[in-house]
Amino acid sequence: MVEVAAPAPSRSEAAPPAPPERLDFEIVPRAGLAITAVAMVMLIVAIAVNKLWPLEFLHVAGGAAWTIIDLFLGLVLGPIIGRMSIPARIEFTTRLMPKMVLIMPTVVTLTLASGWQLATKLGTNLTVNPNHSWIVASFIVVGVMAVLALGLLEPANIAVLFELKKRRPNPEVIERLMKRFIYCAGILGVMQIATLVIMTKIASS
Amino acid sequence: MTERKYPPFTQLGMLSLGLIVVGVIYLSSHIPQHVPLGPAIALLIASSVVLIANLALLRRVPDFAWPRFFQVAKWALLAYAFTAAMIEYAFLRDHLKGGPLVILTLSLLVYALQVPTLIAFTVARYDTSREDELRRAAA
Repeated sequence: MVEVAAPAPSRSEAAPPAPPERLDFEIVPRAGLAITAVAMVMLIVAIAVNKLWPLEFLHVAGGAAWTIIDLFLGLVLGPIIGRMSIPARIEFTTRLMPKMVLIMPTVVTLTLASGWQLATKLGTNLTVNPNHSWIVASFIVVGVMAVLALGLLEPANIAVLFELKKRRPNPEVIERLMKRFIYCAGILGVMQIATLVIMTKIASS
Repeated sequence: MTERKYPPFTQLGMLSLGLIVVGVIYLSSHIPQHVPLGPAIALLIASSVVLIANLALLRRVPDFAWPRFFQVAKWALLAYAFTAAMIEYAFLRDHLKGGPLVILTLSLLVYALQVPTLIAFTVARYDTSREDELRRAAA
């Protein structure tokens, strides 16, 4: 799918790293769009039929994927990527980031839309519900995560892919954007622990 | 790396997004019960003003890569308009109407505009196609 021509490591220790060569990959993988479309049709149907099982399935499956990806990327993969050599980091980035462009907005939309519908069906979003304060707490956590993800992480993700597509990608720009992506993913990973606490509390009461 | 001076576009964009998110959380934590709309309207207006002011500041940047900005923004707009439409669909399915529906719809509209501009700016600020063209012409 992705043909990567990563630059050879510099022979001389003192020489500055050579600028990476132009890489051939899709910023938005077209094959993945079909999977995204299927997920969105499932969401539309689940909201339309308003039955507990499909709503619960999409909310739990989407939320689990969102939480695990954030935790794994932020706390496990992030530090590993940070210690990789620049060519290895570039090769990894060109394979991972295009997939993230599709996966993250899809799982977030699935989780939020089905979650809202689920809360309406179960009545947990009513102010009289004993869990209402926990639901509002989850809104706040998701709100903070949304601002970070949409304002910093997603633009960095797209911009690094555009940089890597250039004839002469600038290693400094890639470094700066990847740092922003990894730090953001780390913060989101930590915040996902708060989501886990809130959601397990709601589910067990 | 030669760094051109830009207005604080990302910071202001995140502020605008934050204001919208606070407004949506405020409304969502009250509906379907009655909710005073004043705070949500104030947050929506503030967010829209920041979005417009931010774009106006960016317009003053000389030689900004507008073609790249619009190229990225239009596709991102398509994607984020779709996610906003899904959330709107859930609200409509729950028979939400009147003032809260109008405010939530306008908030989703600001969200669907704000996120693509942030993505497009981050790509366009590092765009070098103009410099590459000049270099090719000189060679």
